[in-house]
Amino acid sequence: MSNTPIKGNVAYYSWVGFLALVIALGFAAYLRQLDQGLTLTGMGRDVSWGVYIAQFTFMVGVAASAVMLVLPYYLHDFKHFGRIVVLGEFLAIAAVVMCLLFVVVDMGKPMRVLNVILYATPHSMLFWDFIVLNGYLVINILCGHVALTAEKKSVPPPAWIKPVIYLSIPWAFSIHTVTAFLLAGLPGRHLWLTAILAPRFLASAFAAGPSLLILLALLVKKVANFDAGKEALSKLTTIVIYAGLANFFFVGLEFFTAFYSNIPSHMHSLQYLYFGLDGKGALVPFMWVSTLLGVGALFFLLFPQTRKNEKFLALACAALFISLWIDKGIGLILAGFIPNPFDEVIEYAVTANEVAITLGIWAIGALILSMLYRAAITVKKAWED
Amino acid sequence: MSESRRKFIQQVGGGLVGLSAISLLGKFTEVEATANTEVKDKPAQIRWGMVVDMSKCKEGCTDCVQVCHSRHNVPDHGNAKDEIKWIWKAPYKNVFTSKSHRYQQQGQLEKPFLTLCNHCDEPPCVRVCPTQATFRRPDGIVQMDFHRCIGCRFCMAGCPYGSRSFNWRDPRENLKQLDPHFPTRERGVVEKCNFCAERIDQGLNPLCQEACKEGVITFGNLNDPNSEIRKLLGEKRTMQRKTELGTAPSVFYVVES
Ligand code: SF4
Repeated sequence: MSNTPIKGNVAYYSWVGFLALVIALGFAAYLRQLDQGLTLTGMGRDVSWGVYIAQFTFMVGVAASAVMLVLPYYLHDFKHFGRIVVLGEFLAIAAVVMCLLFVVVDMGKPMRVLNVILYATPHSMLFWDFIVLNGYLVINILCGHVALTAEKKSVPPPAWIKPVIYLSIPWAFSIHTVTAFLLAGLPGRHLWLTAILAPRFLASAFAAGPSLLILLALLVKKVANFDAGKEALSKLTTIVIYAGLANFFFVGLEFFTAFYSNIPSHMHSLQYLYFGLDGKGALVPFMWVSTLLGVGALFFLLFPQTRKNEKFLALACAALFISLWIDKGIGLILAGFIPNPFDEVIEYAVTANEVAITLGIWAIGALILSMLYRAAITVKKAWED
Repeated sequence: MSESRRKFIQQVGGGLVGLSAISLLGKFTEVEATANTEVKDKPAQIRWGMVVDMSKCKEGCTDCVQVCHSRHNVPDHGNAKDEIKWIWKAPYKNVFTSKSHRYQQQGQLEKPFLTLCNHCDEPPCVRVCPTQATFRRPDGIVQMDFHRCIGCRFCMAGCPYGSRSFNWRDPRENLKQLDPHFPTRERGVVEKCNFCAERIDQGLNPLCQEACKEGVITFGNLNDPNSEIRKLLGEKRTMQRKTELGTAPSVFYVVES
């Protein structure tokens, strides 16, 4: 990209260099894991999924949240999202790539991944997740690419892309629904065995994803001088507020059903998460930080004075994002295994190698996102001039 | 309908709606209200099962465990996190989580109980496996294909009994001695008790049954009303683990003396 209008090439390339370093470290850690096995992780016989699958679950939500831009823009003709719809689609691409990577690094036999297709098994929800995630990746690459190319040539996008865009809307819902089905159909894992897991996932995704988009929009405004526009931001904020409220409402419903019915197996995982169980409660501080950050952020977002202030908005969005990440990217997956089927509390502690791999994948996502955003913004600016 | 045809239709049905349509339809018809999954009567077919009579089991004895683990090349990694086990003893209160209460007869809660894969008639592990690496044989044995398993561990999340172990590390490193009659596993795949399918196919009984000098274990065809196991089930009061989950375990316990 010559004559890039983005100022601060040095800053951009230092950022890319930094990400490359984190990726290299993660890759080295992954080679170590390939060599010695998943014993290098904190996972074990009892907590058999850890931070990888938790990140996977969380990132599926971030990917799905692109629909919160696509839907108002294309279905309700909300023009103000015109400048940033592609930012949503590109965020989805980066997020889905991260999801796929998190699944692969979690596998005991990654070289056999194609068995999922070779021995396609429709009664396994993992098969469907594989289909919908890869499909969603293709759809978003297509939509983003076609829209940008059209803008580059200053022509309207071809008509055939419209149905694909419309398809992307239910498809976005499907990826997070199927991901919830991975968990919500397992007998004996009571934290997950709840019919509102899919809606809960969607609510937390539509709060976390757009929060991240707001942060990214504020960031590109600062570093690339690309303004999403006040209306777009305020609409996104509205989405964040409603989805965030729905999320905490759903969490409350889980508490009511478990604790009012007083059925021990339904209460155990929640007890472990928020209060500790059998004297063990490694996640308790995290869950309360999550609750405080989330509820606090929503409280401040409710007032126009605070949410119209960009500094406050950024702070609140960051707090909410972290809150939902703790809830879904740590707590939900781990506590599903606690207590184990023998009603014993056996905890999980993440290892350094696992963290390095996880950071490496986050860095890959950030790198993809940075490159795509840079390309998109260059095109958009050239077009607008 | 032949078994393979029925399976095919089930899968296509599943392919259309994301769920196994045929088996669901079965569930939507009128059935009896019972916590126990009604096992379909297929008298022409074998369904292997086991009765574990804990009133006879000697405290401190681990003969069955030893024989099973050494003959199946189950490694001993020496730590709980990486542990592989096919059959083992755990306190009653952990095995029968919902059937324990604090006023139970002396020592009952802590009494070690044998536990192993239940070879469920409706196995959730098989339902969730994305490659059919774990599958239910027509004779009811829930079996693993170690060469097809991708190591996603979905079956471990799906099994409500903690019956499955994953090879977090190379199992061959920690084998005390190698038994050439049974394959060793590779790192990265799941394994569990296989009801000694390799012996059943030769007309033999499972190793644990043979190893036990106290006659704790009775193995046989649950579909044959004249089998020894069915007679025992008809005489003694028995229970299964977590029947309320609809898994229909094929392992039964005699609890009282
Ligand atoms: S006990 Fe667990 S591993 Fe064995 S068949 Fe049942 S669900 Fe599968």
